[in-house]
Amino acid sequence: MATKASRTAARIMMAPAVILLLGWMLVPLIMTLWFSFRNYLPLRGGDLGFAGFDNYVRFVTSSAFWPAVMATMIIVVGTLVITVVLGVLLALLLDQPMWGQGIVRILVIAPFFVMPTVSGLVWKNMFLDSVNGLFAHIARFIGATPVEWMIEAPFFSIILIVSWQWLPFATLILLTAIQSLDSEQLEAAEIDGAPKIKRFWYIIVPHLGRAITVVILIQTIFLLSIFAEIYVTTAGAFGSKTLTYLIFQRVLESQNVGLGSAGGVYAIILANIVAIFLMRIVGKNLDS
Amino acid sequence: MARSITTKRKTINTAFAWAVGLLIFFPILWTILTSFKTEADAIAFPPKFLFFDWTLENYAVVQERSDYMRFLWNSIIIAGGSTLLGIIIAIPAAWSMAFVPSRRTKDILMWMLSTKMLPAVGVLYPMYLIFIKLGWLDTRIGLVIVLMLINLPIIIWMLYTYFKEIPGEILEAARMDGASLKSEILYVLTPMAVPGIASTILLNVILAWNEAFWTLNLTAANAAPLTAFIASYSSPEGLFYAKLSAASTMAIAPILIMGWFSQKQLVRGLTFGAVK
Repeated sequence: MATKASRTAARIMMAPAVILLLGWMLVPLIMTLWFSFRNYLPLRGGDLGFAGFDNYVRFVTSSAFWPAVMATMIIVVGTLVITVVLGVLLALLLDQPMWGQGIVRILVIAPFFVMPTVSGLVWKNMFLDSVNGLFAHIARFIGATPVEWMIEAPFFSIILIVSWQWLPFATLILLTAIQSLDSEQLEAAEIDGAPKIKRFWYIIVPHLGRAITVVILIQTIFLLSIFAEIYVTTAGAFGSKTLTYLIFQRVLESQNVGLGSAGGVYAIILANIVAIFLMRIVGKNLDS
Repeated sequence: MARSITTKRKTINTAFAWAVGLLIFFPILWTILTSFKTEADAIAFPPKFLFFDWTLENYAVVQERSDYMRFLWNSIIIAGGSTLLGIIIAIPAAWSMAFVPSRRTKDILMWMLSTKMLPAVGVLYPMYLIFIKLGWLDTRIGLVIVLMLINLPIIIWMLYTYFKEIPGEILEAARMDGASLKSEILYVLTPMAVPGIASTILLNVILAWNEAFWTLNLTAANAAPLTAFIASYSSPEGLFYAKLSAASTMAIAPILIMGWFSQKQLVRGLTFGAVK
């Protein structure tokens, strides 16, 4: 039983963390909200007064907005599809008995620990470059014309890089989920003569459902805000400008803080919609 | 498991899994190999895999030209400092939520998690202004604090789930024996919590080491860690493959090794206990 004294002690011990996170959440958020209603141009006169909802309207009506939304969607959905599908297959493969399982696991997980600027630049220069990249070498070897991937297929390139980074994460979580699957159930189905496809579809997939949902939600939150991978590769050119990158450019490059802040508020709302679903699953788990 | 697996099946599994594993690992392997080549060998066609003149020259050049050690030191201070500071703040908080839970504990945990969902770009300018006001722009202390704040929810959550696994009966027994709150934490809880704390530290050093939004936007020359150092290879230095590879290898090697030790904790830390 918790005594009154230990309750007080508990409160005091929680205070630093709660106060810090509260400040971290509220102070910048309120500032962003404030700026989003101002006509704020630090290099062209500073704060030029109240702007109402002008920034919000201008952000969504600017010609860069819809392409940025599309770019974000393509990259997020493309990466999700690839990492979840390959992640399930890879997790099933890694769950099979084999020699050197531990080493294979290490090889598969490794990309997750590579910093985003390194994976961006290594892929861009050493693989996707049209003159000396490995892909160009392969193309020349089979007699095809090398492609300038970053320019001609920016989405393919970025999705490839980001999927490579996130596939380990999806695989690892799905593998953890598969390993918690009750093997008796599978054996019973096997004895009853259920074919492999049916066993996969009716036992493994439903069991993985929750893990897949968690993978999708967590990855979506991270993928919505990928930055460095674009910063070092296309720098937002060739139509690959995502919402995050557009806001970054508005705020720091063109120094239109009001407009950028309105975009920031949109990004925060978008992230929160995804977050609500994730939190619900996490919250349920906390009860059990 | 009762199912018997034939050797043939196991061989096929092994071959296939190794092929896939090596394919996924290949970009890293290729980077490491290229870092030991001359620039001419690095772009040779057909590509050279193992039979080239191995050289350490690139490592020397990278260090000499761009003072790699300074960036490495910044990375160590920023990743280590933010993790340490976060742990110091998180241990008491996680301890009290795990062992003296109240009706609001769950809400507080969920709220802490929600701060992690805030997209960084949404608060970029305010942070920029705050940093200017406090004189933190391009300083290590500023980044230590920001990275501590963005990872604090993960640290608290991980510690909370580890502390939860410590049976409450042991604490009660210690209390019955007349242990004070202080000695209870110091001599009973801490020894049992060490493995959990260690893996929390490991995962958070990795996350902080690789963080590439705030480190790119809030540093310039003085406090830039390795993420920013590599970004400076965007162009045109990135076309010197051997040097890019040497710089990249040095930037990822320490964390790759740490990462392999923390694979189990990765799941717990990044899913907030939603997948076990």
